[in-house]
Amino acid sequence: MERTFGGTALFLDRSDINTDEIIPARYLTEVTKDALKPYLLEDLLLDGFDPQGPALQQASVIVTRRNFGCGSSREHAPWALEVNGIHTVIAESYARIFRQNMFNCGMLAIELPAADLERLFALQTAGEVQVSVDLAAQRVVACAGDQKFECGFEISPFDKALVQAGGWVEFADQRY
Amino acid sequence: MGKTIAEKIFAAHLRDEPFPGTYVLDLDRVLCHEITTPVAIADLVWRNKDRVFDPTRIKAVIDHVTPAKDSKTAIQGKILREWARRHDIKDFFDVGRNGVCHALFPEQGFIRPGFTVIMGDSHTCTHGAFGAFAAGVGTTDLEVGILKGVCAFRKPASILVNLQGTLPEGVYSKDVILHLIGILGVNGATDRVIEFRGPVVDAMSMDARMTLTNMAIEAGGTCGICLPDQTTVEYLWPFIKDDYANQAAALEDFRRWHSDADAVYERVLDLDVSNLEPQVTYDYKPDCVKPVGELAGTRIDQVYIGTCTNGRLEDLRQAAEILKGRTIAPTVRGILSPATPKIFREALEEGLIAIFMDAGFCVTNPTCGACLGMSCGVLAPGESCAATSNRNFQGRMGQGGMVHLMSPATAAACAVTGVITDPRTL
Ligand code: SF4
Repeated sequence: MERTFGGTALFLDRSDINTDEIIPARYLTEVTKDALKPYLLEDLLLDGFDPQGPALQQASVIVTRRNFGCGSSREHAPWALEVNGIHTVIAESYARIFRQNMFNCGMLAIELPAADLERLFALQTAGEVQVSVDLAAQRVVACAGDQKFECGFEISPFDKALVQAGGWVEFADQRY
Repeated sequence: MGKTIAEKIFAAHLRDEPFPGTYVLDLDRVLCHEITTPVAIADLVWRNKDRVFDPTRIKAVIDHVTPAKDSKTAIQGKILREWARRHDIKDFFDVGRNGVCHALFPEQGFIRPGFTVIMGDSHTCTHGAFGAFAAGVGTTDLEVGILKGVCAFRKPASILVNLQGTLPEGVYSKDVILHLIGILGVNGATDRVIEFRGPVVDAMSMDARMTLTNMAIEAGGTCGICLPDQTTVEYLWPFIKDDYANQAAALEDFRRWHSDADAVYERVLDLDVSNLEPQVTYDYKPDCVKPVGELAGTRIDQVYIGTCTNGRLEDLRQAAEILKGRTIAPTVRGILSPATPKIFREALEEGLIAIFMDAGFCVTNPTCGACLGMSCGVLAPGESCAATSNRNFQGRMGQGGMVHLMSPATAAACAVTGVITDPRTL
């Protein structure tokens, strides 16, 4: 299974967004991923962001700053993204467990250098940003209005293999 | 070139290197609780792979919400309980025997120097206090761990933290780790192991060391680790006495994990703690830390003593020392959750529970409860809590609540006065 990655981007302009903000602990009593759908980012306090608003509903990509997904190890965080159709996050850096959870689920946690990320954020002024990701070529293309941004990204061969395999369970099952 | 303790453990457990820089390790322990494991179990069942790699190396506990508070948490417990039975996982801890995972599993002697340990819980780094490589993981890593007994890691560089001097009166390992997180920042140790050394660590009990390693993740660290020594041997002795002729032999064996003198560290931090003051957090990130004096007088509605950070016997003793002969402020709700039944019983026998109750505390059963805002002390919007836990995130103990992290002694002092208070002034 190889997913396609990309779509409308939602910009969360803050560092250190933690997994309690992505999915609060009160929903950890759910035992299915689908049940998490309405609660994504419910506790995130950020100017201009509305967890019930259309911007989140339309988003397929999250673009954010440093250390995204810090705190609790809960894989409910990537699941809450997944069941909302968000399979790609682009950030300057991640917390280790969250980053691994994304790849383990066959989703993409793309790291961009600060300067590239800044250009991507700047694109918002031109209108709604559409992102497309070419995993094989390791390139991100983003368009808004008549403006375009393009850059390469680094991903470890292991993480790339996980995404291409559809996740860690599939990969490990074939190999161990 | 010499190796760090983490590198030695990696070398001894390496199963595979599927790509350069990726290390698949054999696991000695896969630890499970009822919040993150049920989805892994459901997925294994769905994949027709409902198996476990080794039931003796898997340990499981219901600890986050226990006894169950509603149907949903009852179902989570049931899934874990039935799975443990089905696979003959003997070390499964249910109501009456259960306690907070990172206090209970070490207390049972499950963690040894040189071990590799994973759990679907970020504070798994706690177990590094025994000289183990212990890392929190998500549910998929846990699932593969349960099925195959392996987990993949990038080789972590190490940050050496040398704790020099002596801890002043009224200042504890919690203050040290809060201060350190303030220095490193919440991502200062991401993808790194924090190795704690120096005379201050040498003088610490296992309880105090676990407080230190517990919060490595709050600086982003993969694991916090201490070198095993005589204190480690003595703690583990009841569990290892049949394996070694005497304690000296055990110590000798444990020493093989010690970092080499010429091991390479990415960063070395020398910290003299002799003038350290009690530390308290003031915002929604654990690196927002100040000396207690700068926050003195801030109103507190609830005081919470417990959790995998500071719910151990030594912590209860430190708080009881402040509470003895005093009552808590009428505006404060005091909640004590001893971390395990053993700790609860010892605290009873020592008279500590009586001190807490005389002071006006409510004593709950061992559970995570209020720490993650699921039961036993959830905050109302606008309320604040002085807590001995490890996370002060927005909403952590209840939507709109504020959590101030601190040591048990400082939390007890806050209970007495109803405002943030330096325990050394009481
Ligand atoms: S006590 Fe709190 S931090 Fe520790 S395992 Fe339980 S919920 Fe997590």
